[in-house]
Amino acid sequence: MNIISKPSKENIKSYLPIGITLVFLSLLDVFVNAFFNYNLLGFFPSQISYFSPLVFGFIGLYLIRIEFSGIRSLDILNKNINSNNFNAFLTLLTLFILIKSIPPLLNWFILDANFVGNTKEDCTGDGACWVFIKVWFNRFMYGLYPDAEQWRINTAFLILFSIVGVSFFVSAKLKKYFILFLIFIYPFLGIELISGGGFGLKYVETAAWGGLSLTFIISAFAILFCFPIGVFLALGRRSSLPAIRYISIGFIELWRGVPLITVLFMSAVMFPMFLPDGTFIDKLIRVLIAITLFEAAYMAEVVRGGLQALPKGQYEAAKSLGMGYWRMNVLIILPQALKLVIPGIANTLLALVKDTPLIFVVGLMELAGMIGLAKTNPKWLGMAMEGYVFAGLVFWVICYAMSRYSQNLEKKLSTER
Amino acid sequence: MGKIIELKKVNKWFDKFQVLKDIDLEVAPQEKIVICGPSGSGKSTLIRCINRLEEHQEGNIIVDGTELAENTKNIEKIRAEVGMVFQQFNLFPHLSILDNCTLAPIWVKKLPKKEAEEVAMKNLTRVQIDDQAFKFPGQLSGGQQQRAAIARALCMEPKIMLFDEPTSALDPEMIKEVLDVMVDLAKGGMTMIVVTHEMGFAKEVADYMIFMDEGKIVERAKTKEFFENPKSDRTKLFLSQIL
Repeated sequence: MNIISKPSKENIKSYLPIGITLVFLSLLDVFVNAFFNYNLLGFFPSQISYFSPLVFGFIGLYLIRIEFSGIRSLDILNKNINSNNFNAFLTLLTLFILIKSIPPLLNWFILDANFVGNTKEDCTGDGACWVFIKVWFNRFMYGLYPDAEQWRINTAFLILFSIVGVSFFVSAKLKKYFILFLIFIYPFLGIELISGGGFGLKYVETAAWGGLSLTFIISAFAILFCFPIGVFLALGRRSSLPAIRYISIGFIELWRGVPLITVLFMSAVMFPMFLPDGTFIDKLIRVLIAITLFEAAYMAEVVRGGLQALPKGQYEAAKSLGMGYWRMNVLIILPQALKLVIPGIANTLLALVKDTPLIFVVGLMELAGMIGLAKTNPKWLGMAMEGYVFAGLVFWVICYAMSRYSQNLEKKLSTER
Repeated sequence: MGKIIELKKVNKWFDKFQVLKDIDLEVAPQEKIVICGPSGSGKSTLIRCINRLEEHQEGNIIVDGTELAENTKNIEKIRAEVGMVFQQFNLFPHLSILDNCTLAPIWVKKLPKKEAEEVAMKNLTRVQIDDQAFKFPGQLSGGQQQRAAIARALCMEPKIMLFDEPTSALDPEMIKEVLDVMVDLAKGGMTMIVVTHEMGFAKEVADYMIFMDEGKIVERAKTKEFFENPKSDRTKLFLSQIL
């Protein structure tokens, strides 16, 4: 009477193979359709054929939804993506969309893309013209920095990466000196190397700096300086001295309330008007200061969040042990508060890195800026897609690395078990 | 005998609400004083005034010869001499128990690290948690945390110890281990002011009992007299409820 009984352990022997076959069939159909443009189930009327993978897959998933089947992988599968009819439907839909979207992306990125050649005319395929990136790669990395001097940028970054790399393997005591060197000496060394003018190095004006290296330089300096300033502002905003408190509040609210693009524009165009005649501050430095102060205001609020999250007892315990304001904050409060807000700090710093392209408003070209410039080159018109996909990938890699680092840091510093 | 703590006509307000009313108190070195009273009577506030975690508005508080006032420059020095143990332990969760104990001696008293660690281990042994020295506060039980907090305060080698309801946040079976440490400390000759509801402890160690209500010291008496023959009706009522 009950021919189609509910899938259970009794009929697992017959239902499981049928179910798996049906699901496989439906995925195969979509797969073949997507990659080879061939309709396996074309013999059905077109309306049915269109929905057939969904129907097949749905029935298949129903048949294999056997509770406590005794097969571990099947139980895990059922629990996670096949727990009821609606979830089975969503699972199928997601899989189909993924399968369907792979071929066009694959075609554009690799299969139909062009890798060889030196001009736009070499790009004959329908896909991406990576020749554009290849030809302009040097400019995307170094901007207008003279080719003959680019080893200086390479050296600067090589030193940086090797110090950071080595510092992972040395003892905690040596590590301290490495970090001090990185914070207090390296930035000036690096800048001296890149800008030149001394030690027999040819001077390269900052207007020629650009590309990804400029992205790194600006991000690194802004991160380095905005962090301590942000911490001081956060402490200042909670200070019991009204003057310091109101100055901090005023500073934070002023910088937070203005768009970065306005700040950059002001720093480059308006600010020099207020300087006395004859004084000159490099445009890059002005921009750096602007970005640093702008991000410091955000950083301050993030840090303040951490300060407020700490129980009052921590302050009282520190005070009761005879610690003054600075010892209390440096030894007790900040280590805890900063640890609490690592996600927020990472957030702010990621935003900072991704804000750097805005410096195009003052004529500085980092990676995205250089791409914007290259795509308007008459010989390379129509390459915006390739350029911005490339920029997107590069930024994503940088930001993802930062995000992973912050997560590791969070784990490493966690003392709660 | 000289007085190590002197309070004269101390008044304190939270906004318009007066929490301390004309408090007079004298504590001699090595004296142990237990303060009790209903909640909201101002007893915590009183001992927090002694190391100036709270500021008083009127009267004088003199600790070890130094008057605590708005312009007291060396308030940190006074605080270093006055150890405090809190209801909520307030250990530093980002540091190990040992670091909790050595931090202030190293940075405030400028003790060399090695010496500070010796002092810390000595005090941790005294409160019997030397085997937990390298753990973090979050890994310890409440009783162990409170003992660690006592050891941390002792590492500054204070002249006075203040206890602000040290056992109120503990499970019943952990109260004893903390009280034992405090009894041991009292027998060692420490000057102590303890806010607590543990009357058994009070009977054992206190020289004087102080009963507070509504911001006033209602009764101050020798311990035996206080329990056997309380003078004010308010004290009698309180004791009948608590004993």
